[in-house]
Amino acid sequence: MLGKLTWEAVPWNQPIPLIAAALVLAATLGALAFVTATGRWTYLWREWITSVDHKRIGVMYVLLGLAMLLRGFIDAVMMRSQQALAVGHSAGYLPPEHYDQIFSAHGTIMILFGAMPLVVGLMNFVVPLQLGVRDVAFPTFNSTGFWLTAAGALLVNVSLVVGEFARTGWLPYPPLSETAYSPGVGVDYYLWAVQIAGLGSLINGINLTTTILKVRAPGMGYLRMPMFCWTALASSLLIIAAFPVLTATLAMLGLDRYAGFHFFTNEAGGNQMMFVNLVWAWGHPEVYILVLPAFGIFSEIFSTFSGKPLFGYRSMVAATLFICVVSFMVWLHHFFTMGGGGDVNAAFGIATSIIAVGTGVKVYNWIFTMYGGEVRFETPMLWALGFVFTFVIGGMTGVLLAVPPADFLLHNSLFLVAHFHNVIVGGVVFGVFAGIEYWFPKAFGFRLHERLGKAAFWLAFTGFWVTFTPLYALGLMGMTRRLQHVDVPEWRPWLYVSAAGVVILAAGALVQAVQLVVSIRRREALRDVTGDPWNGRSLEWSTPSPPPAFNFAVLPQVQGLDAHWRAKQAHLAQPADKPRYEPIATPRNTATGVVVGVFATLMGFAVIWHIWWLLAAGFVGAYATFVVFAWRDRDEDEIPAREVARIDRARLAGLRARETRA
Amino acid sequence: MSAAAHVRATGHGQGGPASKRIVVGYGFWLFLLSDIVMFSAFFAAWAVLARSTAGGPSGRDLFEPSRVAAETALLLASSFTCGLSALATRARSLVWTELALLATGLLGAAFLVLEAQEFAGLVARGAGPQRSAFLSAFFALVGCHGLHVAAGLLWLGTMMAQIPVKGFRATLERRMLCFNLFWHTLDIIWVGLFTVVYLLGAGA
Amino acid sequence: MRAEGPKGVAGSRTPGRLALAAAAVALAAGCSKGVLDPAGPVGRDEASITLNALAIMLAVVIPTLLAALGFAVWFRAGNHRARRRPDFAYSGRIELVVWSIPLLVILFLGGLIWVGSHSLDPARPLPERPGAPTEEIQVVALDWKWLFIYPREGLASVNEVVVPAGAPLRFQITSASVMNAFFVPRLGGMIYAMNGMRTTLHLQADAPGAFEGRSAQFSGDGFADMRFTVRSVPPAEFARWAAGARAAGPTLDAAAYAALARQSRGVAPFTYRGVQPGLFEQVLSQALPPGPGPAAGQHGGS
Repeated sequence: MLGKLTWEAVPWNQPIPLIAAALVLAATLGALAFVTATGRWTYLWREWITSVDHKRIGVMYVLLGLAMLLRGFIDAVMMRSQQALAVGHSAGYLPPEHYDQIFSAHGTIMILFGAMPLVVGLMNFVVPLQLGVRDVAFPTFNSTGFWLTAAGALLVNVSLVVGEFARTGWLPYPPLSETAYSPGVGVDYYLWAVQIAGLGSLINGINLTTTILKVRAPGMGYLRMPMFCWTALASSLLIIAAFPVLTATLAMLGLDRYAGFHFFTNEAGGNQMMFVNLVWAWGHPEVYILVLPAFGIFSEIFSTFSGKPLFGYRSMVAATLFICVVSFMVWLHHFFTMGGGGDVNAAFGIATSIIAVGTGVKVYNWIFTMYGGEVRFETPMLWALGFVFTFVIGGMTGVLLAVPPADFLLHNSLFLVAHFHNVIVGGVVFGVFAGIEYWFPKAFGFRLHERLGKAAFWLAFTGFWVTFTPLYALGLMGMTRRLQHVDVPEWRPWLYVSAAGVVILAAGALVQAVQLVVSIRRREALRDVTGDPWNGRSLEWSTPSPPPAFNFAVLPQVQGLDAHWRAKQAHLAQPADKPRYEPIATPRNTATGVVVGVFATLMGFAVIWHIWWLLAAGFVGAYATFVVFAWRDRDEDEIPAREVARIDRARLAGLRARETRA
Repeated sequence: MSAAAHVRATGHGQGGPASKRIVVGYGFWLFLLSDIVMFSAFFAAWAVLARSTAGGPSGRDLFEPSRVAAETALLLASSFTCGLSALATRARSLVWTELALLATGLLGAAFLVLEAQEFAGLVARGAGPQRSAFLSAFFALVGCHGLHVAAGLLWLGTMMAQIPVKGFRATLERRMLCFNLFWHTLDIIWVGLFTVVYLLGAGA
Repeated sequence: MRAEGPKGVAGSRTPGRLALAAAAVALAAGCSKGVLDPAGPVGRDEASITLNALAIMLAVVIPTLLAALGFAVWFRAGNHRARRRPDFAYSGRIELVVWSIPLLVILFLGGLIWVGSHSLDPARPLPERPGAPTEEIQVVALDWKWLFIYPREGLASVNEVVVPAGAPLRFQITSASVMNAFFVPRLGGMIYAMNGMRTTLHLQADAPGAFEGRSAQFSGDGFADMRFTVRSVPPAEFARWAAGARAAGPTLDAAAYAALARQSRGVAPFTYRGVQPGLFEQVLSQALPPGPGPAAGQHGGS
């Protein structure tokens, strides 16, 4: 009746996951109670859960990402502390069965449920506003993509308390991930959580690509798009081209595990090297999917906070597309040590170095954007400068690892771990926090507390370097990654320093949370009245903060790059004659997304635990939801012209206030 | 988006957002391209594993050219009737649209029956996917295509139910466009499949 | 360079601290018996390529970071001496330089990569000297220990491999179960161990000594225990050791191998006095099947 699921699936004899689960449950129930007590269920349902507005969906993505970033960070705290404690004869407090799940969950969560939603959320929120349009190409699809990602995140977290998670690392290499060597449900949780979330990512890629290529304001040719839109486009194209490979590869592993197929098994001709090749054919583009939008965010920030246009816009576009294409040609550098031979290793090593050309060009263009500008060191700019320092060094260690003989010494060591954290944290995480600080006023109508933001940055920056510099040293000393305990006493002091760094990072996270709370409480004093708190250059800053549901009462006529800046220079914000308002059709809210997400969760849980009737029921339910959606008669509402006019006049009043102030 | 924005825009920036028909078609093309990438991964696995027969039967022992020819004929014919349904939709003829869709569905179903027979026969002979990596790759690749055909039939059935009820409104026209794209793409993939797997594979 | 600016901006990014940190890391690493402290020719060449590549890149990276910091601080809003150029958004000359610098670095590195990947290919034999022929050792990675078979000497050992100093070593490597990596940091780089496949790695220990080895590819719950020792001894002592090992201990036949292949951790080193002929080839061809996984009934249902 319940497949493989029994009461033994809950780890009654392991205090750590039980306590963690209890805390999460308490927090969830507390939140639900709060919503009930303040009577906000209708609001939540109508304004957020069933919303198909890209701005709402973007915010929900970011919230999901931040929550999962925190969960992944807690995993990291456990890993660092375990390694610091388990030196010599001590076994630490996490037995291998547990530790192995934690580092696997850490990687999976951080990349697929932390960084991806954060980056996708920012793209979702910002891109339509920057393009001068009302929403993405497929709003309901957008909502569905979010809820599928949330379903995957939910499944990963359920594995903490019902069953177990994978113990293979974040990429489940066979034969270890085959049923013979991982007989439990851990790898299955991984497979289905990632497949479901991967579908959400693919939906996003299609949505954003179509939006950027086919849905832009009048006059916005390709070379008049903001740089962030270009990087969002490159990232979305990579998603479309890469995620299906992951889907296929995990499906093959799933067939091996569920139906006795032999894609990657030791027996009957399976080929484990094929898994490694296929999964990294996705895996390498994936990191560019994450980092390209971060590059775009920094392009916006460097130009805004230098008061200058981005230097070398066209070569930035060229470099972005160059990186996009070459990212598909370097995947073998993740396994130089598989024994491919001199020719193969050299070819991929050279290709990997070539991709650094694109990034180098970008760094120099950012630097020259500052040249001759008026540089302001507000919080987003601090993140940007911290990024340049951190990411360039991280990129350098990457090119070092692209030299195969060097990689033979350092593959799978803590040097490698330090490298990829260097570029992912320095690039993606710094970029996401920069973007959040930068666009928060636009999303919510008030600014974030500046000094707390700066303090959070300094703690993150310092904490990062204190945590990861020792890991570079340990890698050079021969320490391999993923060790549950350590037998070399010389390594102990370095592990201690790294653990201390994690404490600093935790302080940074705390200050970041305090910043949010303080800013909410002082929001009236921090109110963004003009819609343009940073003196920005692109079209999102021409809308009120927060923008109305339809973004623009009248779609802007774009005449060049940095459209909002041009308008400000020419005082076009105050047109001589009144704009002609027309009724605006907006897509209707729908529960399709969240209901599909619920059925996806049920189907995932069912297939993990072999509860076949539930799987069938979930599929029927999901398809029925789709049919109900397809059957509806009205898919748009109309905002009458009078309402549009009223809202827009408030925006014009705010602009007048800014003009007189300036 | 307001009506004024739906100009004859090409999306190259001069006219504003493109029309819904263009946007939907474009997005669906992107989905089809992603699907082709997924099939490519299965094709790649096939290429790698084609000779890993683990001492068991190979393509030459197992493939039946006449069956493959029949399946191809059925699928190509269903593509033809699908095209007819698109013409019937354009002409706003409910009867012919439904008939063409029905024919498409029946031909597609017949294709699936032949394929299911082939799979069952192979399993009965001890040449199921568990026998060797070669057979795993075969069943997964051909089966993935078959699953897509089955999903297409489900979609087709839903639309056949919906068109009489709702009529030829704009949303349904767009969905017919998408279905046509989907069905023809499956045909293209089948051509690749029978060439690479059955024709080349039987020679191995 | 004393950097002024808004308080705290310049703090952690002075070039002095950067150089100091780099030096500290290198110093510590060099002193602590890792990959930068090689004990053989392969490790030495790989380490020197690593440091050469690092030097080439630092030559570009350090000025870049200095420029980033310098421009940010010099062109800060409060600096009245800086000349503002609010429309400076393109310069052909700068573009040329900006594309050329990374390209040139890549050209240098590309040469290094091509030459290094071929000369240091793990399968490339090492030159022999008279009296120091290549020693063949077959390696099987098991859950979670290492088996070393000496085909010429006709014996085997677990978790310890004794080798003649100054002679090239050819390791032929496979796995009994899941993917592992054979790695001796002080002798040189690593290579994967995969069931059903053979990888080849050449290493050499110049002088007698003991070197830590381990698996560098995560292989399950016992992975942290998967360490072994490479003991390099003078050739005469090696012959004596081999003779002694053949005199006592169990024999490695199919049954003993099957027992060894079962999952276990923290196995103390021991030797086998004899090896069934062709055992390694049987592991390779899967005539001896892959090792079993964990017993059924693991937490979480199976």
